[in-house]
Amino acid sequence: MPLNMIVCCKQVLDPEAPPASFKIDPSGNKVVPPPGVPPVVSPFDEQAVEAALRIKDQQGGKITVLSLGNNMLRDVVKKPLSMGADELILLEDEAFEGGDSWSIAYALATAIKKIGEYDLIFCGRQAADWDAGQVGSGIAEILGIPSVTVAKKVEATDGKAKVERVIADGYQVIEVTLPALITVSNELGEARYATLKGIMAAAKKQPTVWKPADIGLEPSQIGAAGRKAKLLKLFQPVKEGKCEIIEADTPAEAGAQLAAKLREAKVI
Amino acid sequence: MAEYKGIMVYGEIVEGKLSSITTELLGCGRSLADESKEELSCILVGETLGDAPKNAIAFGADKVYTVEDPLLKDYQTDSYVAVMEKAVQDVSPRIILMGQTSVGRDLAPRLAFRLGVTASMDCIELSIDAGTKQLQQTRSVYGGNARATFTSEIFPQIATVRQKAMTPLACDESRKGEIVPIKAELDPAKIRAKVLETVKEEVTGIKLEDAEAVVTGGRGIGGPEGFQQLEELAKVLKGAVGASRPPCDNKWVPDTMQVGLTGKIVTPELYIAVGLSGASQHIAGCSGAKNIIAINKDPEANIFKEARFGVVGDWKQVLPAFTEKVKELLAG
Repeated sequence: MPLNMIVCCKQVLDPEAPPASFKIDPSGNKVVPPPGVPPVVSPFDEQAVEAALRIKDQQGGKITVLSLGNNMLRDVVKKPLSMGADELILLEDEAFEGGDSWSIAYALATAIKKIGEYDLIFCGRQAADWDAGQVGSGIAEILGIPSVTVAKKVEATDGKAKVERVIADGYQVIEVTLPALITVSNELGEARYATLKGIMAAAKKQPTVWKPADIGLEPSQIGAAGRKAKLLKLFQPVKEGKCEIIEADTPAEAGAQLAAKLREAKVI
Repeated sequence: MAEYKGIMVYGEIVEGKLSSITTELLGCGRSLADESKEELSCILVGETLGDAPKNAIAFGADKVYTVEDPLLKDYQTDSYVAVMEKAVQDVSPRIILMGQTSVGRDLAPRLAFRLGVTASMDCIELSIDAGTKQLQQTRSVYGGNARATFTSEIFPQIATVRQKAMTPLACDESRKGEIVPIKAELDPAKIRAKVLETVKEEVTGIKLEDAEAVVTGGRGIGGPEGFQQLEELAKVLKGAVGASRPPCDNKWVPDTMQVGLTGKIVTPELYIAVGLSGASQHIAGCSGAKNIIAINKDPEANIFKEARFGVVGDWKQVLPAFTEKVKELLAG
């Protein structure tokens, strides 16, 4: 049976950027984007798109991608379309900036209510910037639907989803009634690449842009104004960086000397 | 509206015993409670709880709330959130601490949204502001590149805490405390999911989380074969083998071997990182190790910023001689 699926995708600073390029704004509350490194779709969110695509491959359906932010790069947020998603809705406005898990989940859930029909909602297990992992559960709670988090496999049949949820020493198989929200983890496997055909199709598609008023929200309810968590400070941990490099004539000799050094330092 | 007071630890039971993160939370909760002169309680939820409530007292709780019900056999979002929602209404704690575990990750955000409050996930430091009495929660963000301190003005404040970030108290059987049962009063019709099966993917030998020596391989290992050499070194050191994310994503090794932000957190005496660049999200899983040793051919690799000793070179040439020498030293 074809399913209506919604995937929430966040544009983030590239988490693969070299750690040395990571800088915090002197105001101490935001990160300075590293020069020359374009943002990306948060990797777990790409895997959420992949989870939806695998279901669409099996039984058909429609995938709507929902992204929230301001001045989002079209080439970045359109990537799920080039992978095979059908439609892109952007919640895009200055007022959406600076949100926390609460105000982001609230805006996304309100937009999902406006979309109306859905069987499955997918999110990444956590975004690669704030690493909180709360928005998925938050959306489900606001919509009053069940949620299963940290999934590595999702199948849907007869109004139910069968989800493999990652736990510390393995996984659990969970059956949940639809509609449901699932958050996806990297154990699902790599997200597919965009095909040339997909990229061309995505280039032709125009995203639908919704402003706060389009989903019936006041600026005071969203973004920084709608926050419940107060950020006191953002800082970089101080690293000692005192690595003693063992040098020798050959790599093998260096290896042996490393072992001797560990004994000397009473580590082994 | 009742006044919010006291600190509540959400305890987890693994194989009939309080889990190690629970004892860590009780240790941390005890010092926060002493500082703000409040009561420390622990809530335990499950089908049967056995000796765990008594143990929670021995590890520092003043009061233990117990919720026992056959419907609580497995952790389920709907049933456990309902139980916690009711407990919060009954007890009105000011602060709730949970572990950043499979359960805490799922329970804390959903409970926070149900109660209309905030949760801070994966905290590594907690303190109470002397003036406002609010909990200040420091957590790792941006894949471990930065830290952020949060607070909130609505109660209860909920925080999950990273495993091994806090120290438990010594178990003291003579400590006194009260055990208070709470009824679950669950409506089975409102539980929309069920666990069909739990599959354990146990690795043989010493558990990664418990090992005092961990040998970890990264992308540079190049394939499953290379991990056999790491196994050999781990065996010599009586330790365990871990991996960063790329070897897991490439299916060279099982996902359960992943050390990092979204994998396991390890704090061994000795951590040997081989062919591993040291991405922040990996460091988040091993930064608590006493001694990090790096072997990598790239002198600029981030792992050298974390390491105490290192060799710049091809691991294929460095490791066999290193393993051989370690074997010799440990034998003699």
